[in-house]
Amino acid sequence: MITSSKSKKLHDCRDAFVATLEQLGSANENIVAVCNDSVGSSKLAGFRDKFPNRLINVGIAEQNMVGVGAGLANGGKIPFVCAAAPFLTGRALEQIKADVAYSKTNVKLIGISSGMAYGELGATHHSIEDFAWIRALPNVPVIAPADRIETAAVIKWAAEYEGGCFLRLSRVGVPDLLPEDHTFTLGRAQTLRNGTDLTIIANGTLTHRAMSAAIFLQKQGISARVLNMATVRPIDTESINAAAKETGAIITCEEHTLFGGLGSAVAEVVVDNCPVPMKRLGVPGIFAPTGAANFLLDKFGMSPEGIASNANVLLQRKG
Amino acid sequence: MSTENLREIAARVRQRDLQAVFEAGAGHIGGELSVTDILTALYFNIMSIDPSDPLAPNRDRLVLSKGHSALALYIVLSEKGFIPKDEIATFLKPLSRLNGHPDRTKVPGVETNTGPLGHGLPISVGMAKAAKINHAGWRTFVITGDGEMQEGSNWEAIMSAAQFKLDNLTLIIDHNRLQQGAHLADTNNLAPLPPKLKAFGWDVVEIDGHNMDQICAELDAARVVEGKPKCIVAHTTKGQGVSFMANNVAWHHKVPNEKEFQQAMAELKQAAI
Repeated sequence: MITSSKSKKLHDCRDAFVATLEQLGSANENIVAVCNDSVGSSKLAGFRDKFPNRLINVGIAEQNMVGVGAGLANGGKIPFVCAAAPFLTGRALEQIKADVAYSKTNVKLIGISSGMAYGELGATHHSIEDFAWIRALPNVPVIAPADRIETAAVIKWAAEYEGGCFLRLSRVGVPDLLPEDHTFTLGRAQTLRNGTDLTIIANGTLTHRAMSAAIFLQKQGISARVLNMATVRPIDTESINAAAKETGAIITCEEHTLFGGLGSAVAEVVVDNCPVPMKRLGVPGIFAPTGAANFLLDKFGMSPEGIASNANVLLQRKG
Repeated sequence: MSTENLREIAARVRQRDLQAVFEAGAGHIGGELSVTDILTALYFNIMSIDPSDPLAPNRDRLVLSKGHSALALYIVLSEKGFIPKDEIATFLKPLSRLNGHPDRTKVPGVETNTGPLGHGLPISVGMAKAAKINHAGWRTFVITGDGEMQEGSNWEAIMSAAQFKLDNLTLIIDHNRLQQGAHLADTNNLAPLPPKLKAFGWDVVEIDGHNMDQICAELDAARVVEGKPKCIVAHTTKGQGVSFMANNVAWHHKVPNEKEFQQAMAELKQAAI
């Protein structure tokens, strides 16, 4: 149990990703990296220098990149296919469907700079549909780690896991939230803070904001549970059911469109099992305007104060 | 195996294919008849594969990127012993593992699930690259349709295969000059294919895709040029072996009626003698 952010120092989770990948690569020569000219943005220069034969850069060709990943997996390799999330998931979606999901290949899809990390570059470079797209496919777990510790744990898990998966990483700095010895379990959320009045469910860059919101609410006399739900598929039905029954209201926060993401996945469970008032926060079905990710998250009501304010409105519906 | 024996197997595959399409009431008979000789040569004369160990790490790989010709692949796999011969009768039946497009998770010997066009070649590049990284000697073969070469993903893969010097990769283009709706020439004419592949750094040869001697000769490992991926442009006839199907765009996925079936079977049997 963690009651507050351990440190305010912010970390770029890509650093934990590549450090872990290099460490795993030293222990297992079957681990390879595949990229689309994204050696810099995926921070793969270190991996390339250590294992020059195991960095496969296909150039700017995402369909080929995912297909090559599937072929490498067929040949016994464990490919980590790394690219900016909008292009990995958007351009190569059919390859992800046919070559990874349907063919059940051992391809690790690493979406870098996901969400609105490229905020100022415009909506072409935002990846706020990827939960929905990949979550609709069988056989590909969808995971968005919340900090550098969970990122490292997820990468270690992915290397061991027999099958494809989609890991959604950001480049926007986030503080440490999980204990250093955290190990990742697929489909299992962590209760970062206990609470009885409502539950805030978040992942990725939103988890630390949810924690700050809970502290904000505590000052108002409201007891908020915070669940870090990195796995969007398979969703942690047990934790959601418990949150609905024990706190009676759920608010979700995600760096994603409100159509088909974490909030939708949680709502599906709530509707089926234990209907309670819910509020889903995210990008409200529009192409986001210009601005840095943190600015845009605040603008869409996901500053700690914004989440707390939405929580207050939600509590009035609780009855 | 002698080319005479290979021709006998191919004749048997064609007859079984015709019968299965007739009985299932669906299939892509035109493209199946055009690719049959190539598949037969690969499975019975070229590839190192073991039906009792279909996932042996050092097996040669075949990717049928024109996945709609799955029935021809299933029949060749059954002739080779990967699946029971009598299972072909379940083709397209409810819950059969013999889909209209191949599924590696269900059918031993299938390497990847194809169907959407332009997927097999990128995957084959990954396979060949894996062998290179491991300094392993196994080869990767991929068969595409010629219409399929209109998919841009193929050209992404063609560039990377040359860049990676994948001389353990062989692409066979089933160049029957017809696509689903019309002639290639009337749609998006890629012909002539060889200069395009050559310009991308590939070793390219052209063969008669129904001449078993030519097919086997060009698939032989001894004919590989060091450092270059190889493309065999196989000139074929869509509907090969059946007079009224040959070179007729209508027979991409048309199903013969009883009379047409009898005539086609008689022609295939006659050709096999």
